[in-house]
Amino acid sequence: MIRLIDVHKRFGDNVVLDGVDFDVQRGETVSLLGPSGVGKSVLLKHVNGLINPDWGEVFVDGELVPLLPRKELQELRTKIGYVFQFGALFDSMSVFENIKLGITDPACAGDDHFCRMRVQECLDLVNLSPVTAEKYPADLSGGMKKRVGIARAIAGRPTYLLYDEPTSGLDPVNADIIDALIQKLQGELGVTSVVVSHDVRGSFRVGNRIALLTEGKIRKVGTPDELRDSDDQAVRQFLERDFGSAVVG
Amino acid sequence: MTEERWRLSQAYRIPLEGAEKLDLRRWAGRMFLLGATHMGRVAYMIFEIIRGLKDWRIWLPRTWEQSYQVGVGSLFIVFLTAGFAGGVTSLQAGYQFTGTIPVYFAAGVITQSLILELGPVLTGLILAGRVGARYAAELGTMRVTEQIDALESLGRSTVSHLIIPRVLAGILMLPVLVIFADVVGITSGWLAARHTLEITNYDFVYGARYFFRPYDLWYSLLKSVFFGVAVTLVPCYMGMNTGKGAEGVGKATTAAVVSSSVLILAMDAILSELLL
Repeated sequence: MIRLIDVHKRFGDNVVLDGVDFDVQRGETVSLLGPSGVGKSVLLKHVNGLINPDWGEVFVDGELVPLLPRKELQELRTKIGYVFQFGALFDSMSVFENIKLGITDPACAGDDHFCRMRVQECLDLVNLSPVTAEKYPADLSGGMKKRVGIARAIAGRPTYLLYDEPTSGLDPVNADIIDALIQKLQGELGVTSVVVSHDVRGSFRVGNRIALLTEGKIRKVGTPDELRDSDDQAVRQFLERDFGSAVVG
Repeated sequence: MTEERWRLSQAYRIPLEGAEKLDLRRWAGRMFLLGATHMGRVAYMIFEIIRGLKDWRIWLPRTWEQSYQVGVGSLFIVFLTAGFAGGVTSLQAGYQFTGTIPVYFAAGVITQSLILELGPVLTGLILAGRVGARYAAELGTMRVTEQIDALESLGRSTVSHLIIPRVLAGILMLPVLVIFADVVGITSGWLAARHTLEITNYDFVYGARYFFRPYDLWYSLLKSVFFGVAVTLVPCYMGMNTGKGAEGVGKATTAAVVSSSVLILAMDAILSELLL
């Protein structure tokens, strides 16, 4: 379970998070919506300790993330797969080596046969052909990079998956493929997921619950239906921009 | 001052009233804090490097890779620089050694200046440009494209994967390159001296051996170890702390080359004072 309590974060004079309370139950997928630059990615990076809060508490599986010693933090991170906005693939390594780096168990990572099997399995899960393993990130399209990023994140069989804008910059067809993939992974692997996005349609499709982050705070959390029926002006305004009157009205 | 004016001044870089006046105390204070912050971070990085040495299974294979790139990759430019340095030293010795000074003194000047100064310092400065710029740009690009965050999010140590192999490669390879530089520099100096000073082989060897002390070689190698740290640790630090975007990478690369070059010159002065 992921829980953020009264989290504050500022960069210089820019207040990004101003008292965020947010929780994700085991096995569910929560979509975190909000306008660009509101701090969604910053919030997500608090969960695996890439950023520490100025104030407030971040718990994952009952562990207080900002206070974890280095070794324990590394162990916790092996349980959390992180899909980066632009893939963040290691460009000097092949796709195979990238995904292999995601196998976090040292015993398994040392077994070459296991690694080959696991990489193929992960490529298969994200609908990529085995030939992709030998390619380099520079040879891949944007959608393929995102899928390799997901394959790397799931290679270590994580308990949690954090997606940072998984469909941004993709055409609608590829965005739908990624959304379907997130749903498939949740169904097949049973992982707990947080999907950060400003794509309202995709978020409503993949999320069991939706949270809206505006002005440094979680404005509203609820099921997709609860958000659609919300009277909150800010929520309606945000949803109207993507769905139009057909959904909100 | 209203908040609105402050925001406008920040957004459009409009100087505030009195801001154009240079406040030396404030400037000095800022510079001191900035320097202290960098020193603290570098010290922490060194501490992390020492702590990460136990993960030898991770850094050892990568160290060989980096050593090959630093060592073999730099051979040509090091040979070229040392060859010219030896030749020019010899030509200038030919210009200055006239009259009553025995000609074998020139051999001592050529070999000693190459072993004590030109070999290590020129090799260090060349590597600050070649390897330092590369490391800062590589790690800086990895930082801005979130590859370093990705490595950390996989529970991997960035120090063991990225920093230790690079720093060790510098520490291992710079002394080796300095030995090559010394050999090439002295050889080219010898060949040039035969032409400019008309020195015999016997006189050259006699002069070189007359002034040579084994300690000079150790001093040269010790200096190159320090320079190896300077040309790798500083660029790694700059790369890991790169600002945003391509501009950030460019700034980090420039800062890395300038800082490591200055550090080499400063270390050269300090080590000469302490060890000679």
